[in-house]
Amino acid sequence: MEFKKLHLIICSIFLVFSVNANAQSDKECFEKVSRGIFKFNQGFDNVILEPVAKGYNKLPEPVRKGTSNFTSNIATLLSIPNHLLQGEIRLAGHATGSFLINTTVGVLGLGNPASLMGLENQKEDLGQTLGAYGVGGGCYFVLPFLGPTTVRDTVGMVVDNNYLDPFARITWHEREIKSISGTKIDYVGVKAITAVDFRGDNMTNFESLEKNSIDLYAATKSLYLQNRKNKISNSSENEDDWGNLDN
Amino acid sequence: MKKLSLILVSFIFILEIAYANTYATDPKIFIKELVSDAINKLSDKDISEEEKKNFIANVAIENVDINALSLYTLGELRKSTDKNSLENYQKAFKRYFLKSLTSRLSDYSSNKFEIIDAEKKNSNYTIVKSKIIATDNQPEIKIDWRVYTKNPEKPLIRDLIVEGLSLARTQKEEFSSILNSNNNDINILISKLEEFSSS
Repeated sequence: MEFKKLHLIICSIFLVFSVNANAQSDKECFEKVSRGIFKFNQGFDNVILEPVAKGYNKLPEPVRKGTSNFTSNIATLLSIPNHLLQGEIRLAGHATGSFLINTTVGVLGLGNPASLMGLENQKEDLGQTLGAYGVGGGCYFVLPFLGPTTVRDTVGMVVDNNYLDPFARITWHEREIKSISGTKIDYVGVKAITAVDFRGDNMTNFESLEKNSIDLYAATKSLYLQNRKNKISNSSENEDDWGNLDN
Repeated sequence: MKKLSLILVSFIFILEIAYANTYATDPKIFIKELVSDAINKLSDKDISEEEKKNFIANVAIENVDINALSLYTLGELRKSTDKNSLENYQKAFKRYFLKSLTSRLSDYSSNKFEIIDAEKKNSNYTIVKSKIIATDNQPEIKIDWRVYTKNPEKPLIRDLIVEGLSLARTQKEEFSSILNSNNNDINILISKLEEFSSS
């Protein structure tokens, strides 16, 4: 109980800080430390994640597709409450339908028959929900293993894990819901598979980015912030900040 | 006879360069022709690496607004930088850009490419929407091309937006980070660009 209270207090402080910081996430919280953690993450990627993802990419396509569908279906559980918090009733309905159909007809989410039925499955989390309510990102930093984030997105992640994500409640917090139970290992396992699947899908993109950046840390930060902005606005439309360059 | 062959070969070579640098003026067809041409050349095993590099450089110089891109990526500093430094920066940027473009295009040259649509934003810009078709190892990638159409007879590419992420903005923020941590010293940025180009 005390732990819950502490969580709430920390989250509130972070949120107030985040709102005050407005939408300017390009500000760094502690750049030197973040650059150090970024290097550590790169080392982890080089030694563990990338080789595992390369091995994963050698698996037959249906196996990878099934794995991707499975992790994506679990992530839908977090999208449903966040759609509702954003007032997106239609998308919440789509996500719920998608989860139910894929879990049953799609055999525990390995198949994705819901997409063939036209059900959208847009990923949402509390960071996006807060962003949709106008809460700015706050400053930017990098977490060990988890990678780039902002104050808002970290608060969102903590609240998602503790309160909104049914999968985290069952596995990480080992709470039984409707006689379904799990362990921390299940949680870490699914998250690790999600990371390997993402890394494997983006092998060329990562290699190209690494090869062509003169400041990889800054390039990654820019890509993360652009991506979050697009996800919050549910659009990939880029604002025109080119101005007049003709002179 | 030898002279005639030499003239003929030179003529064909000139024609090829002229063809390589002339694309349609309609933004959608312009991108389609240009990318197909680049992918064909880059995936041709009979062409040497040097020839490929030269081809991409020629196509980029003619069809990408490298000058505007260099100014955009420099951000506000372009307004306060002296003419000489700006010229040095633009030269370094051009070499950096051509090297990085060749590398990026080579990374994706084995994939199939498809134009989806074009959206005219205003008289200056048209966004051409395209995608790299999914393969066994790579999911589908959406690529939007920001085409500058102020001169409708000569469209120029200003940005590539990969899955909603602008490469020009990423480059701008990369440069801004280098400048911010070096007291806005443009010479440091120039030396970083030169270091990349010569590596």
